[in-house]
Amino acid sequence: MSILRLGLLRGGLEIKEFLRQRESVVFTLAFPVILLFIFGSVFKNTIAPGVTFSQYFVAGMVASGLVNTGFQQLAISIPMSRDLGTLKRLRGTPLSPISYFIGKAIVVTAAMAFQVALLLGFGALLFGLHLPTSATLWLRFTWLILLGSACSTVLGIAFSSIPKSGRGASATVSPIVIILQFMSGVFFVFSDLPKWMQDIAAVFPLKWLTQGMRSVFLPDSFAVKEAGHSWEIGKIALVLLAWLIAGTYFSIRSFKWSKE
Amino acid sequence: MTSQHAAISVTGLRKSYAGKDAVAGLDLEVKQGEIFAILGPNGAGKTTTVEILEGYRTRDAGEVLVLGEDPANPHSGERTWRNRIGIVLQSAADAPDLTVAETVHHFAHYYTKAKDPDDVIGLVGLSDKSTAKVATLSGGQRRRLDVALGIIGSPKILFLDEPTTGFDPEARRAFWELIRTLRDEGTTILLTTHYLDEAEALADRVAVINKGIVLEVATPESLGGRATAPALVTWSENGIPQSESTHTPTHFLQTLSARIGGEIADLAITRPSLEDIYLGMIGEL
Repeated sequence: MSILRLGLLRGGLEIKEFLRQRESVVFTLAFPVILLFIFGSVFKNTIAPGVTFSQYFVAGMVASGLVNTGFQQLAISIPMSRDLGTLKRLRGTPLSPISYFIGKAIVVTAAMAFQVALLLGFGALLFGLHLPTSATLWLRFTWLILLGSACSTVLGIAFSSIPKSGRGASATVSPIVIILQFMSGVFFVFSDLPKWMQDIAAVFPLKWLTQGMRSVFLPDSFAVKEAGHSWEIGKIALVLLAWLIAGTYFSIRSFKWSKE
Repeated sequence: MTSQHAAISVTGLRKSYAGKDAVAGLDLEVKQGEIFAILGPNGAGKTTTVEILEGYRTRDAGEVLVLGEDPANPHSGERTWRNRIGIVLQSAADAPDLTVAETVHHFAHYYTKAKDPDDVIGLVGLSDKSTAKVATLSGGQRRRLDVALGIIGSPKILFLDEPTTGFDPEARRAFWELIRTLRDEGTTILLTTHYLDEAEALADRVAVINKGIVLEVATPESLGGRATAPALVTWSENGIPQSESTHTPTHFLQTLSARIGGEIADLAITRPSLEDIYLGMIGEL
């Protein structure tokens, strides 16, 4: 069977496994909704005419959801599977690592789709979230999700070679993700952050993903308030592509099935 | 050059960790279609050797051919080579939320000549557990699932690492039957085990490994001169236990019988067990 077909099969299997782990389903999928509920209830102010904090925050939550379901999940779960010997067993079969990666990308994208639907649904129902109305914006939203998921997946796989054990992984990965979220304009308005922090965040993909999501969820008039005084859509695509290429290269180069 | 027909051939294999030799010039040849057992104490280099054969570890020196290919770099390509081997690892805790049937059916897709998954589940005796989640299986049942995943691809060589740990005696007998069936179908089996009775019951030949080298390769019956070792005759006379070590037990018994007349109390003739021989070889006796 071809590498791609096996990858699709693995994707199906991983989705099945994921859905059967009830705690992780609830945690991964509902966590952004809970955060939105808390932040939306606390910050009722508007940050620009016609832009509520919830509206701003949803853009950030969609972007950081990509980091959570992809990068964070994989960078923790792969070292755990390595500890359990699951990867060693797969290594002993004719399965190509590429098929394994494709399976991971599929489960990440599927989880992301669920999460986004929940977030947008709750946001629209409870916090007066305005959903994009034009086809152009939905199209942009779609490529941002797909490119973001792919980027997040390969970076998660690449990072999974770094922690020495499954337990160490969560201690290493979680702080990185939380710090990035604070610096990339997920919890705070990005242009309010100190310049040096903005500069550091600009190296990483999360800042660009959140900016892209703001271009989808916020009115065009808000673009002038961005750090670059525009949405910089072309630049967003370039930065994400660069990270995707680097992440793919490193995930293939450094991926380890077992600890030796 | 080693024989074309060997399933596995190893010459001068070396591997050291942090300057310490785990494998120190090991030679081995496993014929096609035999059950070959590797015995040795912990730290003897068994696992390192087997993992090099399985393509899990790299070696420092030596020639290794498994099905005519170098496991570190199979010329037909890694996937093609792996399609023909099966591995049952010592411990693997797989996806606990999938059922037995889902797991075996899924693994069947990895191989070009997979057996029928339901047949394999039956073969390892898990038919009534096929819809059970892997997490609910007992240790022995889980081990049988490991075996099912090892044989699903109709391998030419099956590597079995401590396969019956956690089995009850009945399951062990059934498992041995399964392994013999696979051998009769032409599968070469490389077994590592701590159970000497298992090696004796199953193996066509055994190799004893210690300190990274092969001490001896022989049939279980002839290992360590076992076939020609003196027999021990034990009996009781006037309630006192007696014994005699002899190369001619039949002759000795005739003499004894003539002397005592009638039934000889507590009579037994024993040859050294595989365990006695093994422990003697590795210096534990």
